[in-house]
Amino acid sequence: MSLHKLTLLELQKQFKAGEVTATEIVRAYFLRISHVEPKVKAFVTQVKESAFMEADVLDRKLREWRKTKPLTGMPLAIKDNICTDGVHTTCSSRMLQNFVPPYDATVIAKLRAQEYILLGKTNLDEFAMGSSTENSAFGPSRNPWNLHCVPGGSSGGSAAAVAAEECVAALGSDTGGSIRQPAAFCGVVGLKPTYGRVSRYGLVAFASSLDQIGPITRDVSDAAFLLQAIAGHDALDSTSIDRSVPDYMKALQKRDLKGLKIGVPVEFFTEGLDPEVEQAVRAAIEELKNLGADIKEIRLPRTDAAVAVYYVIATAEASSNLARFDGVKFGFRAKETKDLLELYMKTRQEGFGPEVKRRIMLGTYVLSAGYYEAYYGKAQAVRTLVCQDFDAAFSEVDLIVTPATPTPAFKLGEKSEDPLQMYLSDIFTISVNLAGLPAIALPCGFSKEGLPIGLQLIGRAFEEETMLRAAHAYEQSTQWHLKKPMIR
Amino acid sequence: MIFETVIGVEVHAQLRTNSKMFCGCGTTFGMPANSLTCPVCLGLPGSLPVINRTAVEMAVRAGLALNCRIAANNRFARKNYFYPDLPKGYQISQYESPICQHGWIEIRDGGGTKRIRIRRAHLEEDAGKNVHETGTSGSRVDLNRAGTPLLEIVTEPDMQSADEVVAYLKGLRDILMYLDVCDGNMEEGSFRCEPNLSLRPSGQQEFGTKVELKNINSFKYVKDAVDYEIKRQTRVLNEGGKIRQETRLWNIERGETAVMRSKEEAHDYRYFPDPDLVPLRLDEEWIEGFRASQPELPTVRTKRFVSDYGLPEYDATILTTSKGMADYFESSVKLFNHPKAVSNWVMGELTRELNNSGTDISASPVTPERLVSIMRMVDKGTISLKVAREIFPELYSSGKTPEQIVQEKGLTQVSDEGALAKVIEEVLSKNPGQVAQFKEGKQQVLGFLVGQVMKASGGKANPGKVNELLKKKLG
Repeated sequence: MSLHKLTLLELQKQFKAGEVTATEIVRAYFLRISHVEPKVKAFVTQVKESAFMEADVLDRKLREWRKTKPLTGMPLAIKDNICTDGVHTTCSSRMLQNFVPPYDATVIAKLRAQEYILLGKTNLDEFAMGSSTENSAFGPSRNPWNLHCVPGGSSGGSAAAVAAEECVAALGSDTGGSIRQPAAFCGVVGLKPTYGRVSRYGLVAFASSLDQIGPITRDVSDAAFLLQAIAGHDALDSTSIDRSVPDYMKALQKRDLKGLKIGVPVEFFTEGLDPEVEQAVRAAIEELKNLGADIKEIRLPRTDAAVAVYYVIATAEASSNLARFDGVKFGFRAKETKDLLELYMKTRQEGFGPEVKRRIMLGTYVLSAGYYEAYYGKAQAVRTLVCQDFDAAFSEVDLIVTPATPTPAFKLGEKSEDPLQMYLSDIFTISVNLAGLPAIALPCGFSKEGLPIGLQLIGRAFEEETMLRAAHAYEQSTQWHLKKPMIR
Repeated sequence: MIFETVIGVEVHAQLRTNSKMFCGCGTTFGMPANSLTCPVCLGLPGSLPVINRTAVEMAVRAGLALNCRIAANNRFARKNYFYPDLPKGYQISQYESPICQHGWIEIRDGGGTKRIRIRRAHLEEDAGKNVHETGTSGSRVDLNRAGTPLLEIVTEPDMQSADEVVAYLKGLRDILMYLDVCDGNMEEGSFRCEPNLSLRPSGQQEFGTKVELKNINSFKYVKDAVDYEIKRQTRVLNEGGKIRQETRLWNIERGETAVMRSKEEAHDYRYFPDPDLVPLRLDEEWIEGFRASQPELPTVRTKRFVSDYGLPEYDATILTTSKGMADYFESSVKLFNHPKAVSNWVMGELTRELNNSGTDISASPVTPERLVSIMRMVDKGTISLKVAREIFPELYSSGKTPEQIVQEKGLTQVSDEGALAKVIEEVLSKNPGQVAQFKEGKQQVLGFLVGQVMKASGGKANPGKVNELLKKKLG
């Protein structure tokens, strides 16, 4: 069996048993990449040379010491908005096309300490703003299940790379669904941890109060394993929470869902939901019930306000977070400007793409004098109400189950001219970020056209274990995650 | 028309922390450009701020000394604007909930005291510096200072004259230096002041249009700039003109203020809570701990110096300007209980030498023990006060004890009657005219003769003894 077909845990097992070397793993993956990458275009940067070097070092070390760390030799891809010391981190923006960070994000430092191997940096919507990777300055990635379809976004490159078996697993970031939506579109598992569970230090900020890094993997076990590797308090991130990290793998041992109450929010099953998606999700809910879960209808009445609230808060924060890209210290600088103001204006005009500009303008507007209370202030107030909805729901149930997206993957160009339609593709994921909750997207079926359909499970804050347990039980009782795309 | 001046003051005081407000970089002044930087204070993509606990502590201690209410719930906010010395494109500051509010300090006002109310004091980070070198194209940015903690202290519009502004600033600076939370160095920019000033017809309630003054880095310029601005605004108003709301820079060479930017150019800073920093809660007990351990502040200490040591108010004020000087004085008095004499030495000889060598009193090579030993020698009559003053510079710079210096130079005072009688004999024989005058009743001549004896003895003669012997001789 080809190495690239193995899950992270399977590959790790073979590696630990000495059946395969790190160099063989890296060779297998770059061979795979050379075959499918021209079609999928998941990567912005590949680091073949350093990957082989790292693999060689690990192999030598292993011969001498015979000791491995949890991720020794495991080939990962990292979303290109997570800083990697010495490796380009572009955010798929012209602004950072030549930016090489002098430091590692905390998650990267953790992976490095566990001896992972970086294969490359994956494509995204510019600065993680988008739902299809079509906003990348370097061109869109493709959905491995249908190359005419988008992989979703913004972590579309990571999801496509995992689905196309160009890496064993990947990291993405999720601000409004940017891990879960592409995972659903590409038929893989995507986990957004509780806000504060994983350090944001070194993640180029889009919306600081919503951003969270998480794993994108072949199956639920891999997601639990990779979450274990990156979770934990970080003194460098004041918003990370000092709370012990449970053993996520242990949570997977329980195979039935007896005693678990799972809520189905009626607001998520209304118009706009694709019938095929609804059918698949209803079937999945039935399966959860068969596994012993107690299924209950619940209400999340402010769901319809979430998208509006999100686009006020996220853009407000983004307008400030992206102010540092001014052409003065790093990144792109416009040429031949006559004064400071022109340097700023031309740099930002030429360096940012249209969606980023749209959001900066929107965010600047909602924070400006005279509008602050009406927009930003109001949005914060409604955000609190959204949180209260979830609090109320979680007093009755342990988990919430919803579709991950309203439709399967759409065609390239289908929504790129209509930002509002594009924004609505995150309608089921956004409120989770507003409330800071953990959620996971996993495959629960396929459309008639053969496109994956994603199920979303939402947990209580810091109760990733419950969520993983249910996701794993469901996955083990179905076969969806075993189906692989034919890339053509 | 008669106008009344209304002045408020904004001070940016740099807090004396070892590291910056939101990262671990150092804060030493004058280091090579951009050597004190890291991803956080460079504003590199992905970096995040972490609040410096010591800076918060210093702000609390300052706030307590300024009689402020300390906020239990603090939030940091982003102040958004573009400038090359501002690496993130926003400054992390406090907006809606400053750490200190509703305080006051007392200043001397004529014979009495006046209370200047503090509206608020909040924590924020400093910007870097744009460097414009002559002979090079373009400008450079030095971010060593970027992220240094500042306490911005804002008064109510309670001052009416340049003298009051200076008195307030001196008082505030003394307090901050007393607490050791700010080094008070105005030239290096660790204590920056921006008065804002408006005029209104006497008796009118409503405020006039306010002008903000910047670029003032000494107390003298504070006075000059405020006086200039009062005159300028008075002239404009008397000529029927209008004051424009603007920021004006003090031009040192020309001795006048000039427009920097008008209100129309003012920014909309789009303040909003910084989502990278969680709300900061200050424990009531923690705050009270600082209240309990607060040092005695300058004004209180001045009063005590007058009552406990019987010092003139002038001496007490000068001695308590810095905590170091007041501490030095008190240690000396403990060893040698002559407060006024100690005060004279500290304010006179010692201060002169410290100023000449640019040394802080805490690092004075003449310790209280040394100072007291030279004073004891005068007291015992071993040396004259004059000699003591003369050898002080050597005492200061050489590291020798006063006894060593006196011995080496043979400066021990001569009180021996036999030895003095010989010198007196000589002087009298050389000045028969003056002797005759004295005998005719011209008492003033005695002083001249004493002086001649002192001179002849090389200053070593005990002047009291000489006086006594001369009188006997001529009597």
